[in-house]
Amino acid sequence: MDVGLLGQFVVNGMMLGMMYALVAVGFTLFFGVLDVIKFSHGDVLMVGTFAGFSTYLGMTAIGIDNAFIQLIGVLVISIGSMAILGAVIARYLVLPLKSAPPLNTLLVTLMLGTVLREAIRLFYPDGSNPKHFPALLPTDSWSLGSFTLRSDSVILLVGGLLVIVGVNMLINRTRLGLAIRAVAQDEETAKCMGINFKMIVLLTFALGSGVAAFAGVMNGLYYNEINFGMGLLLGVIGFSAAIVGGLGNIYGAILGGFLFAGLQTLGAVALPFASAYKDVFAFAVVIAIIAWRPTGLIAEKTSERV
Amino acid sequence: MTQSLKDKLVIILLAAVIAAFSITFIAIEEQVEIFALLVFAAALVLGGAKLGITASIAQSLARNERLMNFAFIAATIAVVFWFREDHFPLLMIATVLLYVIACCGLNIQFGFTGVVNFAGAAFFGVGCYTAAVLGDTSVPLLLVILLGGIIAAIVGSVLIIPVLRTRGHYAAVVTIAFGLLFRTFLEVNDTLGGPQGLGVSGMNLFGWDFNNNIEISENLEISFYMNYVVLALIMVVLTFVLMRRIERSWIGLNFDAVRLDETAAACFGINIKRWKIVAFTLGNFLAGTAGALYAMMLGFIAPSNFAFSDSLILVSIVLLGGMGSLWGTILAAGLVVLLPEKLQVIQEYRFLIYAVVMILILLFRPQGILPRGLRAYIPGWRG
Repeated sequence: MDVGLLGQFVVNGMMLGMMYALVAVGFTLFFGVLDVIKFSHGDVLMVGTFAGFSTYLGMTAIGIDNAFIQLIGVLVISIGSMAILGAVIARYLVLPLKSAPPLNTLLVTLMLGTVLREAIRLFYPDGSNPKHFPALLPTDSWSLGSFTLRSDSVILLVGGLLVIVGVNMLINRTRLGLAIRAVAQDEETAKCMGINFKMIVLLTFALGSGVAAFAGVMNGLYYNEINFGMGLLLGVIGFSAAIVGGLGNIYGAILGGFLFAGLQTLGAVALPFASAYKDVFAFAVVIAIIAWRPTGLIAEKTSERV
Repeated sequence: MTQSLKDKLVIILLAAVIAAFSITFIAIEEQVEIFALLVFAAALVLGGAKLGITASIAQSLARNERLMNFAFIAATIAVVFWFREDHFPLLMIATVLLYVIACCGLNIQFGFTGVVNFAGAAFFGVGCYTAAVLGDTSVPLLLVILLGGIIAAIVGSVLIIPVLRTRGHYAAVVTIAFGLLFRTFLEVNDTLGGPQGLGVSGMNLFGWDFNNNIEISENLEISFYMNYVVLALIMVVLTFVLMRRIERSWIGLNFDAVRLDETAAACFGINIKRWKIVAFTLGNFLAGTAGALYAMMLGFIAPSNFAFSDSLILVSIVLLGGMGSLWGTILAAGLVVLLPEKLQVIQEYRFLIYAVVMILILLFRPQGILPRGLRAYIPGWRG
């Protein structure tokens, strides 16, 4: 195969992997602290992207047209508002159902995802049509033979990497991270040690949702198109990635995200019959992996308490 | 008046009221009237609950289960007969009935055994596509319905190993991934029509063509949907009997044990894997049979009918009615299918409102509208 095309596939695959990993990190964080799945995560991402898009429109309308300032504004508003939304969801939908069966939490958040999706479709101006997301990053490109590397791809990849590293540092190196890990390990002991359980849960949900918003903006900047349904598939893929990697483990989420993107890319490149089957291939492999390692590649270290 | 006579009167009256309500609800078109009727019904139910009437009706029903079943079948027949000449109401009724069958399948999985399945629409879809592919061959069409179920069960058996090995969220992702895989597969597969879908030939039973109107006389021509309604009603009754038998037998007891505590059940020598396989396969079989008849009735199917959101609708019917509760499932299927069709005003907003209602139910009445009661052991019960 042509080297340039192969390089394109690699860059594209890495970009997808980065986005999936960012979404999966959220799932894994929520599961860590509360043992719940918040299925509206993908739609929170979508709302975050629309919030960023509105910010861009607003800033253009009041005459700020420096792309860098716009980018900062889009990121700040999008991440900030989604962090608040995530905490609100945790406070009013997830925490009240803490003692209910896990299926109920799953369904309630699934339904919330539908509410968010439909709300954007119906109430955002012309929300049912795809929107053109502006290219706010410099688009210079370097050519290496037949392979073209665009600077915005590089910036996005580096940005995504920084966020993942940052979240990892936050979890492993700070007092807040220590508290989150303590709550994840044993809620009651953590409470006894003077950790404000509710506050930590809300902060974790804010953190995860903010990361998702970043992934959404990243998605918008890369594809230059956003629509109200973009969150559903990203959410399901992020969830699968978190599961395949092993819930509750941040490295598992990253591994799962890149694995899924790798499978999709491999499906597109290597399947001889039709590259249209790449998603079928990726999901089939996911099912096979779960059958092989029922609690993910990096397994949860638990034993059953009777 | 003796107690048993009073019970019987109550049941017949209740069935008559339900039939009258359904007929009015399906027949009226004016949005204001529909809203008024809904508010009236809600007030009636809430008021009844406050005054304790609901509880005493429930007792009467529980004492005369047999009569209750027949009374409700009679009520359904009355409703169907009322709309004998109208295509659309009959189509809606048949859809409700087929959803009831598919949701009964999910009930065996979710409600009885606790096996999660978020790919209900996919197994329904396997049944649909079976009907589409086999409809043109010489296979008898009644057999095609059965085959729809069998093939759905066979397709489901691919998932048995991952479903058995996983629990909770991990099992959920297996079925969600399968549902997405199924739909993507249909969309890119050209032999199965791709995104445009396939036409399905209608039901034909021993030369009796289901897609022709039935002409009784000059001025009485019964809608051809009546054929499908009757067949679907027969299937619902069979499914209902099957479900009740399973629920009350040692099989149902094993299912319940597996759901409530796997470890304890295993300690008592119950083979968990066996019962999970039985429940998963049987549930998919029921969804597949419903799908096959649904495809024949609509005459056309496309991948967009079997999206993840359709699986969610099936799951929410089960949850709304109350896990494992058969009457609850029937009531919930009626509400979920009919409400959006009737409330044209909310047509655009129906998914939004529907999701909000589901959230409220999960928050404030997580056990569903008609929760399944405790196991009742009735000496001498014959069904």
